[in-house]
Amino acid sequence: MFARAAASVAVTITLATIVLATIVLATITLATIDGAAAQTANQPPDTMAARVEACTPCHGNKGEGTSDVYFPRLAGKPAGYLYNQLLAFRSGRRKYPPMNYLLEFLPDPYLEAMAEYFAGEHPPLPQPAPSEVSKDVLAQGELLATSGDASRNIPACVSCHGPGLAGMQPGIPGLLGLRANYISAQLGAWRYGTRTAKSPDCMQQVAGHLTEADVTAVAAWLATRPAPTNPAPVPKGTYALPFGCGSQPN
Amino acid sequence: MGSKLSTALISIKLLALAALTTAAQAQDKSNDIIARGEYLARAGDCTACHTAPEGRLFAGGRAMPTPFGTLYTSNITPDLDTGIGKWSADDFYKTMHSGRFPDGGLIYPAMPFASYTKVTRADSDAIFAYLRSIAPVSQKNKPHELRFPYDNRQLILGWRTLFFSEGEFKPDPKKSAEWNRGAYLVEGLGHCGMCHSPINALGGTSQSDAFKGGLIPMQNWYAPSLTSNREAGLGDWSIKDITDLLQTGVSMRGVVYGPMAEVVHNSLQYLNDEDTKAMAVYLKGIAEPSPPPPASSTLPTTESSLLISLGKTVYDKHCASCHGTQGEGKPPHWPPLANNQSIEMQSAVNPIRMVLNGGYPPGTKGNPMPYGMPPFAGLLSDNEIAAVVSYIRTAWGNRGTPVSAREANELRSAPLN
Ligand code: HEC
Ligand code: HEC
Ligand code: HEC
Ligand code: HEC
Ligand code: HEC
Repeated sequence: MFARAAASVAVTITLATIVLATIVLATITLATIDGAAAQTANQPPDTMAARVEACTPCHGNKGEGTSDVYFPRLAGKPAGYLYNQLLAFRSGRRKYPPMNYLLEFLPDPYLEAMAEYFAGEHPPLPQPAPSEVSKDVLAQGELLATSGDASRNIPACVSCHGPGLAGMQPGIPGLLGLRANYISAQLGAWRYGTRTAKSPDCMQQVAGHLTEADVTAVAAWLATRPAPTNPAPVPKGTYALPFGCGSQPN
Repeated sequence: MGSKLSTALISIKLLALAALTTAAQAQDKSNDIIARGEYLARAGDCTACHTAPEGRLFAGGRAMPTPFGTLYTSNITPDLDTGIGKWSADDFYKTMHSGRFPDGGLIYPAMPFASYTKVTRADSDAIFAYLRSIAPVSQKNKPHELRFPYDNRQLILGWRTLFFSEGEFKPDPKKSAEWNRGAYLVEGLGHCGMCHSPINALGGTSQSDAFKGGLIPMQNWYAPSLTSNREAGLGDWSIKDITDLLQTGVSMRGVVYGPMAEVVHNSLQYLNDEDTKAMAVYLKGIAEPSPPPPASSTLPTTESSLLISLGKTVYDKHCASCHGTQGEGKPPHWPPLANNQSIEMQSAVNPIRMVLNGGYPPGTKGNPMPYGMPPFAGLLSDNEIAAVVSYIRTAWGNRGTPVSAREANELRSAPLN
């Protein structure tokens, strides 16, 4: 260690000259920048848009989603719902390592601000994708979504997600503008326990009653729905839920 | 008689008053001790290990993966059956100072007693008083899952002989009180050496290598040397830049990320200005003049020059909007990459991982809404990652070396938590 250091004295001297030159240069640049005014000019924009640039390659600039079918749209979903998701990702209760990692050391009020930011963006909903499944399967999906299947204890999706499937403030998301792969991945995650919501986790109960075939059908049908004229979630308390959900306090 | 009685009455009243004030003073004093204990527990970052995600404060149960298996941290709430409710202050001091349970049993060095041994008895007592004041949580400790033969605690004896020297911090009379306070915090409660020292094959760090930097096992992050100015040695940083970094997580010179973001988030942001400054003075003081530049790259020159020209293309397209075309950044929020020690170190693990995983500095009182960097793992190929990292390590006068696509590829599977 010391021998190596001694041998490098010569190198260090040349380096020292370079360093000195750099310092002189740096001082000149600093001198030209001069003062607090320039300091602020040389700052990132003081906006949420600039702060969430870490999110937009996956979720789109306004939270509209990207071409990746597993990356969900965020725009326009109820802020309370988005906030619950951010809390769940931060603690690892909902798992997606790249996001668990990004959020790990961010405080609650900041996550709330991010949720509100994306909730307040309203880029147009995407065109519904043409479906790859048969008419029968789509019909089965429609039946589950709009009427459920009482004999198997499956409530209609609309009973919670709303007649227009636009969701309800503050905690129930709309189900439109999502792609089939994403929807079935989420229902699968609830069935296998990698996604959980606040207790009582009503979605876990719903997903627990669905078969693989039900999931394919309902996901496919939801993804073919055209965008409604008003995609905004309805106000809190517009309708009563069939049973309690921890994410939707009465 | 009357006057006697009234004097007696007055003196009784006075006595009562005195008793009350002493009681109140004692109460104040114990509240003071508890508050100081809470502050010191912050400085020791006990919560990082002893509180599980979404778990109750200090109820333990957090998994700590090690090369020898998984350890689970203990419940240190004052619960009588499952916590440390039956412990005395002596028992607690024995754990902190000697790394032993009350019955003399050996504690695994994952509990940083090798650093905490420097903590004074008074500070240990204050932390204990604080821990006794929090809500007890009934939660049984999870048994460790260590592989044979590491599940045998007697093995810890060997480790202790090699790497543990028991003893409270001894101030250096030749240095200022401020320097000594900083040293006490960094070497003791801060347990900075636990990450910032090379870990040898036996899972230990030797005194002579303290703060010389090392790869953190299992996490695949490199904790740079705090003594070499070529790494995270802060010899040429201003005191203000150092205190900014420690207190807010961002500074004009660079930002914290990965495991260091955790340290700032849970611990350093809560330290008061004097203590932060003392740490800065000490850290600046232990930095040594730069050792020689690292050995030149193992990559053939033609390969590295190709890499670097591809790297510039990637940089201009994906990075320059935040970090500037000349690597000047918009500090402190978008850190400068030119003349940033953190990316020039011999180990390229950190800059590769930053590009793969992106990140946010911790949200702190001083910087509650940090700006973030997107992950590029999904957007760039191994070759592009290697190219852009090679570029930022060598452009603008930076003195790092190029990296290979294989190194980038290997870090794709590094754990994210
Ligand atoms: C690497 C790509 C990536 C990045 C970067 C990313 N996300 Fe995500 N995000 C995802 C994926 C994939 C999911 C769905 C995960 C799952 O399967 O549960 C998701 C889910 C979400 C959800 C839940 C959406 C819903 O409808 O349930 C929210 C909210 C969210 N992200 C917000 C953010 C924010 C805020 C950031 C920036 C701090 C961010 N994400 C960064 C990929 C990303
Ligand atoms: C009892 C009420 C209830 C019923 C019935 C219900 N849901 Fe949900 N659903 C919720 C709640 C609440 C959430 C939000 C959970 C959370 O906070 O993570 C949710 C979330 C979802 C999500 C996640 C959306 C996203 O952006 O990630 C999907 C997908 C979903 N539900 C599909 C369905 C389907 C399909 C059905 C019908 C088969 C259904 N739900 C029936 C209450 C319900
Ligand atoms: C880097 C992680 C880490 C940090 C930081 C840490 N501990 Fe620990 N601690 C552990 C582990 C792991 C154990 C279990 C060791 C064993 O079983 O041998 C432990 C055990 C203990 C015990 C023994 C309790 C029992 O009954 O088993 C006490 C007391 C304790 N820690 C107190 C503290 C205090 C106080 C702090 C902060 C000043 C602290 N620890 C910081 C990891 C940590
Ligand atoms: C859990 C492991 C861990 C602990 C404990 C830890 N560090 Fe670090 N530290 C790291 C890692 C990893 C890095 C590299 C990432 C970075 O630069 O932020 C780092 C970087 C640093 C840097 C350089 C930051 C820069 O921008 O160049 C400084 C200074 C530092 N640590 C000081 C400390 C001090 C002081 C303590 C004790 C109070 C400490 N560290 C405790 C892991 C740790
Ligand atoms: C949206 C703005 C943004 C973009 C684009 C961006 N970064 Fe960053 N970069 C940041 C921020 C913010 C941090 C601090 C992150 C942290 O502390 O976790 C950072 C940190 C870094 C660091 C660690 C710096 C330090 O002080 O140690 C490196 C290296 C880095 N970026 C390289 C890159 C490269 C290479 C690219 C392009 C492939 C890039 N960044 C693109 C904003 C950005």
